[in-house]
Amino acid sequence: MRTLIERLQDRFALGPITEQRPDLAFVTVERAVLRPVLTHLRDHEGFTHLVLLTAVDWIEDGLFQLTYLVHDRRHGRDVGLRVLLPRETAEMESIHDLWPTAATYQRELREMFGIAFPGSPRVDEEFILEGWIDIPPYRRDFDTKAFSDAAFVHRPGRVTHDPATHMRERLHPEGTAK
Amino acid sequence: MKPDDAADPRLPVKDELKKRIVKGPDGFEFEVDPLQDYYCDARPEVRPGSYVRIVEDLFNWARSESLWILGFGTGCGAIEMRPLMTPRFDAYRYGIQWRPTPRQANLFVISGYLSVKTLKRVIRSYEQMQNPKYVVGLGSCTINGGMYWDSYNTIKKLDEYLPVDVYIAGCMPRPEALLAGFEELKRIIRAGKAEGANLYAKNFDWYKANQKRVIHDWDMPDYNW
Repeated sequence: MRTLIERLQDRFALGPITEQRPDLAFVTVERAVLRPVLTHLRDHEGFTHLVLLTAVDWIEDGLFQLTYLVHDRRHGRDVGLRVLLPRETAEMESIHDLWPTAATYQRELREMFGIAFPGSPRVDEEFILEGWIDIPPYRRDFDTKAFSDAAFVHRPGRVTHDPATHMRERLHPEGTAK
Repeated sequence: MKPDDAADPRLPVKDELKKRIVKGPDGFEFEVDPLQDYYCDARPEVRPGSYVRIVEDLFNWARSESLWILGFGTGCGAIEMRPLMTPRFDAYRYGIQWRPTPRQANLFVISGYLSVKTLKRVIRSYEQMQNPKYVVGLGSCTINGGMYWDSYNTIKKLDEYLPVDVYIAGCMPRPEALLAGFEELKRIIRAGKAEGANLYAKNFDWYKANQKRVIHDWDMPDYNW
């Protein structure tokens, strides 16, 4: 893994690197560098399998983090590439021409996070949600409880108890035991 | 489900699905479009019971002894129906069996959480079932949302959208609980109180308004069967 990262560092400008395990490393790259790195990994280093493409909402920093995890079957190792996007104008280059499966991930991210992937096949069609009317639901500023309260009729009478307090009150109603 | 799917140029249409003129066995020619939905969109009507009480009781006894369930698993509760079908719990000995189409079923078991997307299919399937028809809500999710009580995409109270005859509580209810629930439903049917289909017809506008409040892309007929 060390030699692989050194080879990558010789060719590309990489950001911070985390070696999580001997067979797993995460590399933060700039948006423009992502495609050359992915192409290099796929064509010259044997990372032929796109395991996943997912996003994290760092709302405090105003960033979306995309993680592209690719796998090298021959050596049994994974590399995760992280790209940070500004949250307000979240748009990323599509990689469906490198891995066709990426189109599905990009459709999901478009729907659930509102990250745009121009040019990706069927990216603007509904993926899981039908007739969604609010902001994308996986964004952390989407309040699922408030939305659920407003959108659905709730059956009255739901009571929740903190288990510790509830059992203490039942077992020691006089309140002696702590 | 969307009508424009058929016209999508990226999807090749098989020959047997294309619109064509067919000649019937009596020599009469008619046009067939296999991809078109043929339905009747007349409003449902309240079906009055038999004039004679004893006849209606006989009918209700017969109905209660042949509960045919639509094989539509909406959530994780569907997994509890497999042991019921197989010899360990063997629901068939109670006259309960599973059917593949809504046309042949008279009992709809809503097995677990209902997302808004599934609710749409459930309503369509329910309306295609023949009268009299019954609905059983299985699990906490159908009663008050269960563990999905704050989810953005699951309904919380099933009887807002469909008339429910029996709820079976639990997360998940065991197959024994389901059998007990089916026995309870039989008792209700024999007593002549399982009037879900009539209730749906009577309060049709209320149910439709509730359904349309959560299904924002309503792209199907208001009633179809």
